[in-house]
Amino acid sequence: MIDLISGTFSLAQAGYPEAMAASTLNQYLFVSAAMFALGLIGFMTRRNLILMFLCTELMFQAAGLSMIAFGRYHMNFDGQTFVIFVLTIAAAEAAMALALVVLLFRKRESLDADLWAELKG
Amino acid sequence: MMAMTGAILESVLSAALAADPAGGMAGAEHAASQSSGGALMALIPLLPLFGAVLVGVLACFNEKSKMPAYVTVGLLAASFVLTLITYLGWDGHSVMQIRLWDWIGLSWGDGVGQSLDAGFAFYLDGLSLLWMLFVTGLATLIGLYASEYMEHDVGLGYCRFFGAFCLFVFSMSCLVMGDNLLMLFLGWEGVGLCSYLLIGYYYKKKSAVDAGMKAFIVNRIGDLGLLIGTLLTFTTFGSLEFTQLFSTIEAGHSAAGVPLGDTWQVWAIPLLFMAGAFGKSAQLFFYVWLPDAMEGPTPVSALIHAATMVTAGVYLVARMMPLFVADTHLIALTVVTWGGAITAFWAATIAMAQYDIKRIMGYSTISQLGYMFAGLGVLATTGGVYHVFTHAFFKATLFLSCGAVMHGFAGQLDLRKLSGLWKVPGFKIVSIAMLIGCLNLAGFPFTAGFFSKDMIIAEAFVTPDSMIPGSSWAGWLMLLTAGLTAYYTFRVFFRVFVGPTEFYPGDDHHGDDDHGDEDHASTFHPHGPGWAMNFVLIALAGGSVLAAGLYFMGDHHGWAGGMVHASSAQFDPAQIGGHAGGSSAEQADIEHGTVFGFDPHKAMYYISAVVGFIGIGAAWWLHLAGRTQAATSRMESVAAKFGPIPSWAEHKWYVDEFYDFLIVTPLRLISNLFFWFDRLVIDGIVELFGGTPKMGSETIGNATQTGVLHDYALRMIAGTAAVLVVVVLVLY
Repeated sequence: MIDLISGTFSLAQAGYPEAMAASTLNQYLFVSAAMFALGLIGFMTRRNLILMFLCTELMFQAAGLSMIAFGRYHMNFDGQTFVIFVLTIAAAEAAMALALVVLLFRKRESLDADLWAELKG
Repeated sequence: MMAMTGAILESVLSAALAADPAGGMAGAEHAASQSSGGALMALIPLLPLFGAVLVGVLACFNEKSKMPAYVTVGLLAASFVLTLITYLGWDGHSVMQIRLWDWIGLSWGDGVGQSLDAGFAFYLDGLSLLWMLFVTGLATLIGLYASEYMEHDVGLGYCRFFGAFCLFVFSMSCLVMGDNLLMLFLGWEGVGLCSYLLIGYYYKKKSAVDAGMKAFIVNRIGDLGLLIGTLLTFTTFGSLEFTQLFSTIEAGHSAAGVPLGDTWQVWAIPLLFMAGAFGKSAQLFFYVWLPDAMEGPTPVSALIHAATMVTAGVYLVARMMPLFVADTHLIALTVVTWGGAITAFWAATIAMAQYDIKRIMGYSTISQLGYMFAGLGVLATTGGVYHVFTHAFFKATLFLSCGAVMHGFAGQLDLRKLSGLWKVPGFKIVSIAMLIGCLNLAGFPFTAGFFSKDMIIAEAFVTPDSMIPGSSWAGWLMLLTAGLTAYYTFRVFFRVFVGPTEFYPGDDHHGDDDHGDEDHASTFHPHGPGWAMNFVLIALAGGSVLAAGLYFMGDHHGWAGGMVHASSAQFDPAQIGGHAGGSSAEQADIEHGTVFGFDPHKAMYYISAVVGFIGIGAAWWLHLAGRTQAATSRMESVAAKFGPIPSWAEHKWYVDEFYDFLIVTPLRLISNLFFWFDRLVIDGIVELFGGTPKMGSETIGNATQTGVLHDYALRMIAGTAAVLVVVVLVLY
């Protein structure tokens, strides 16, 4: 059955007989790169803290998508495992980050990231 | 606390049991044998130390009562009683020793002089017993006096005072009872420290702080002499323990087997010790610190700067007498004689023109110490030591009387502003005590001071000039000084205590602090001393009187002679060139100097009495006869005939100014030079090494650390992109 210790476990044993074609992988990676670029540009251009936070989430998911695609391509669970962890962490981190944003908002009555520059110098 | 006390007691007792009774002083002429002293003996220094700790604990609890004084007086009294018991149980000739623990034990080879063994051990012979008797006795009495005198400072100041007081007695005991030169040095530095602490007791007063530092620094110069002397002693004789040291000296050669006469150390070591002694005892060039030390509270002046600590120098010379007489040319003793005689005269001339009665007493202390040194120098060890003993009593009396006046008249010490205190209510006992002290200091016939001073002056004439060059001239100088002493002593008495009653209070209470006194200027009432101060004055004046009786006790020139005889200070005059020595009666007629053909010992009674009467008469004529007010007397018109000389004397012959010019100013210039060198060059180099990275990081940091989130993000992206580019382009 599933041999977790020896590491020979692959998608092939779980009902996916064939590896993904390289061209298909490229399409996935293209979508992933596009998502990441969108997130990055959004992060750099926006001043709204919540939007900036959403953009970071977008970049996370872009990375996750490429990892799952690679996992399917290599016929193993590594990518999926990673993504499950990333999603878990991201959920926790989202709760904290949004709480921080709320606190910051209470201080300045605004969501403008440029209002916070205390680390200057 | 209890555990600690128990531990100390236990160590004392076990040490007493283990003390080695064997090992006599081989070849010692005076046959002093060692014996183990009782455990009691070790408690003499330890009780005051315990007192200092206890007072420190009281200070921690912010004690507001007179408890520190009671603790101090109680423990010091116990210490005195122990000394007395030890003295009474002493067989009169042996050396009592007790070793508490090994203090310093070093060894770097098996040869002679390749190991240093200095135990925390005590050594009691006649000389140290004599010292301990008056040190603990006077400390007890003066502690009692201080309990009242310092009462306006009850609280932390009171604790500080008595803590240092106890510590002083401990240090002094270590100095006097030390079994080796290192113990002596420990005590020597300890008393110096306590002296510094107590002179600067009124630390808010700049003059007091300066005086403390002056005392400490001047002492330091002398201490260097003592330290080098101690080191040289070790390298020459291979030991620092008195018993071993004296037997080596007795044997007449150094540890390396070189005859002492052929070594340079035989005169260098005594000279170095003499420098230390002169520093501590304020002689010759070093005397300048002692008058300033009068800034301390009066009990301190009485105990430390008159009776005990300043006699440590005399003790050192007396203790090391075997070393001083080992030199056949007696170079060091000649310097001691002349240093003492000149200082005695010099200080007396200054004392004649001062107006501050406490300072007059300070200068007279210097002068009397000069006598003691001259006594040691002319081989009259007994005279010198006896004078230490009598002087301790009468000078303490004088100081404490002055202190009582200061206490009662709001710090007034100017003899032009006090007169006829005899008739002021409450000052009868003070006046009588003062009179007794003055008579002693002036050398009035049949007082203790008369006998002890005469022994010294007579011996100066007895000791031939061939041994101590010019010793008879030193005698004449001391005789002249005796007249001056009588004059300045009774100048104080006639101005302050008798004559028309008139007084003006000082501008502070007890010379120091601010406890918001409201009423003194307008409705000032002098307050006489209370029971404690009066009791102490009576006891000390009585002691001064009784000390005269000691002159007639025993076989060796009185009781003090007996004590000296039973100590290392005793020497065989035959050993120093076959001349007559002072402290040995049976040798005195070998070659005997004379005064106009008379035996100096007998003639001096009459000569010095006459000189004393002349001095007292002059003081009476100039300061009492016909005086109608406090401020002026006949002296003013007489002094005018001397031109500027009285004014020079009043300004202490400008010695302080001369020292300022010669030493202090150049020192300041050099230290300023070094200060700026350090500030500019040394600090500059250090600053350069620290400043360069700081400057660099500030430049970069200010440009990049903007605090704006997007700037950081951009830089992070740029950095990651750069890494990617490098990885992709360069590595693949």
